[in-house]
Amino acid sequence: MNKMSTIEKIEKGLKRRYFSERLFQIFGISSIVFGLLCLVVLLTDIVGKGHGAFFQHYIRLTVVLDAEKLGIDDRATSEQIAMADYDSVIRESLLELFPDVSGRKQKKQLYRLVSDGATYRLQGMLAEDRRLLGQRVDVWVSADDDVDVYLKHVDAEKEASSRIDEQQALWLAALQAQGRIEKRFNSEFFMTGDSRNPEKAGIKGALMGSFYTLMVTLLLSFPIGVAAAVYLEEFAPKNRWTDLIEVNINNLAAVPSIIFGLLGLAVFINFFGVPRSVPLVGGMVLTLMTLPTIIISSRAAIKSVPPSIREAALGIGASKMQTVTHHVLPLSLPGMLTGTIIGMAQALGETAPLLMIGMIAFIVDVPQGITDPSTVLPVQIFLWADSPERAFTEKTSGAIIVLLGFLIFMNAVAVFLRKRLEKKW
Amino acid sequence: MNQVFDKAEGISMAVDSGSRRSAESGEVDMQANIPSATVGKVFVDHAKMAIRNVDVFYGEKQAIHNVSLDIRKNEVIAMIGPSGCGKSTFLRTLNRMNDTIPTCLVKGTIELDGNDIYDKKLDVVSLRARVGMVFQKPNPFPKSIYDNVAYGAKIHGLCSSRIELDEVVETSLKKAGLWSEVKDRLNQPGTGLSGGQQQRLCIARAIAVSPEVILMDEPCSALDPIATAKIEELIAELSENYTIAIVTHSMQQAARVSNRTAYFHLGYLVEVNDTEMVFTNPEHSLTEAYITGRFG
Ligand SMILES: Nc1ncnc2c1ncn2[C@@H]1O[C@H](COP(=O)(O)OP(=O)(O)O)[C@@H](O)[C@H]1O
Ligand SMILES: [Mg+2]
Repeated sequence: MNKMSTIEKIEKGLKRRYFSERLFQIFGISSIVFGLLCLVVLLTDIVGKGHGAFFQHYIRLTVVLDAEKLGIDDRATSEQIAMADYDSVIRESLLELFPDVSGRKQKKQLYRLVSDGATYRLQGMLAEDRRLLGQRVDVWVSADDDVDVYLKHVDAEKEASSRIDEQQALWLAALQAQGRIEKRFNSEFFMTGDSRNPEKAGIKGALMGSFYTLMVTLLLSFPIGVAAAVYLEEFAPKNRWTDLIEVNINNLAAVPSIIFGLLGLAVFINFFGVPRSVPLVGGMVLTLMTLPTIIISSRAAIKSVPPSIREAALGIGASKMQTVTHHVLPLSLPGMLTGTIIGMAQALGETAPLLMIGMIAFIVDVPQGITDPSTVLPVQIFLWADSPERAFTEKTSGAIIVLLGFLIFMNAVAVFLRKRLEKKW
Repeated sequence: MNQVFDKAEGISMAVDSGSRRSAESGEVDMQANIPSATVGKVFVDHAKMAIRNVDVFYGEKQAIHNVSLDIRKNEVIAMIGPSGCGKSTFLRTLNRMNDTIPTCLVKGTIELDGNDIYDKKLDVVSLRARVGMVFQKPNPFPKSIYDNVAYGAKIHGLCSSRIELDEVVETSLKKAGLWSEVKDRLNQPGTGLSGGQQQRLCIARAIAVSPEVILMDEPCSALDPIATAKIEELIAELSENYTIAIVTHSMQQAARVSNRTAYFHLGYLVEVNDTEMVFTNPEHSLTEAYITGRFG
């Protein structure tokens, strides 16, 4: 009798247990679905807006590289080629296409169809092969950003919002009819630095800036972080001082990043005289920011190495240092890597502290090392988002895609390394 | 093995009759009757290790009280007692594994061949090479079987060539009775072996550095009976060349493998004697109560 009632009680409770379990599962699944949905919306929006940045309209011009017009004499020195008046031959070729254009204003509108970058294109061609001088050649030059935007949206666009007037639209239609306009992959976007002209602005400057900055960050923060973690975990005596240090490290992880920027400005730039706006100082500031993350996760990784392994090593006479380097470090390295990659991902997306140390400057040249002025991807995104030209909207999303790509690449490398190291026995 | 000690009488303490009576009455008071000095044969000639008046503290708490004991060369000495009585603590003082616990403090002297092992000048690394240890839970390194055994020899620089190292690995594994089972898979992970094999691997790892004393802390507590039997057999073989101190919670095991048995109680060493004596004719009431299963 007594026994029956126990079973009854259990069965009654069982229903409730199953119910709450199911409830929890439903809750969990809906959270995941919500998260995924947000991700999908975000990605489709960014990719939808940004994929245009990877394409660019080009116009085929037939130019006569007339030496006289260019101002190049028989010597054809490099200097002359560099200084030559390419604008005039480009204008000439445009007028040749549309002979009935007259009047200053109309001509100016016509010239606006091609980007200023076209001159560099011609200059490059001549510098490479001087025999082209005096010849009639076909060249593809990039269209102006307004033209590019217009052509990309020509079907959906309402005329009013376009910066292309009716006359220009007609010219473009004519060019298209002649097959002189083509949409191509915009490889230049990945080859050049920033520019005031959207059609010339590229991501490479910011990409390399981010790369160098992260390299500095990684090379500084990983060894320092791991050494600090190993010392605190394995060697430091447990007393009030180490407790204090632990609390402070944990607090540092919660300090707003802009504070680190101020610190970097005051200490690295003003006191130690490190040049501003360079990846070196950026990396140093981001090191300050990522160190707590790396130390905390490395300590957790070291803690998770079973004490029996340490005992085994010590028990056959390994020294403390040998125990750490032969056994503890290899076993905790995957965990340390995870923490490092989280820190690096944070650092990659960080803008605020870099603004304080001048990495927001407008920099055209692609940095060649850690001491060249540069900017980084998130700052570049911010700069472009802030620019008035319509074509920069697209570039902004394009840069976001590149940033995400960089992040995914970094994570993939980390996952790969972890898998290699995690060779669990 | 020589069961007859030169100092046959030892330093036995008179046991007051009161303690006997309370033990016989069935109800045993754990706290009562702890003798002021260890009964039985505590000291021997040709002591490999001589422990004198050792106290061990964990912070404020005293885990070992004034223990003196000799460990004879090439004997197997078993340490038994209820759990928490300080067997492991005592064993770990013998190769200074307690150094790793910051709160742990050891007083008194422990000599290995007449040299104080707690001497500041003595290097703990060489001590642990001479006094090896096998732990309760098999703890092979997450490396290959070969590397597990070779590790100690490598870090101590015992071998100058790969051939020599191969030889050490082979003889160690043979001595640990594991060679025939693993000789075809030396490059496979040590953690992939069965529990008993892992423990024998740990023994092989310990003997690869040719220690003089091997400490074993309940080496069979995580093993099944067949694996246990193998380890016990192994202990008997090893005792020809090594001095072995083994902690065990199994009295049968102590009776099977050891020459002498030490009974610990609440941090005190109550009785040490020839194993046969301890199990057939315990001198102290606490020992008797323990071996007859009245607590444990
Ligand atoms: N690291 C430690 N810190 C504090 N007290 C400990 C520690 N290790 C063991 N002790 C205490 O010391 C006593 C003896 O423990 P131990 O030597 O492990 O006993 P046994 O091995 O006989 O079961 C126990 O009371 C235990 O709580
Ligand atoms: Mg124990």
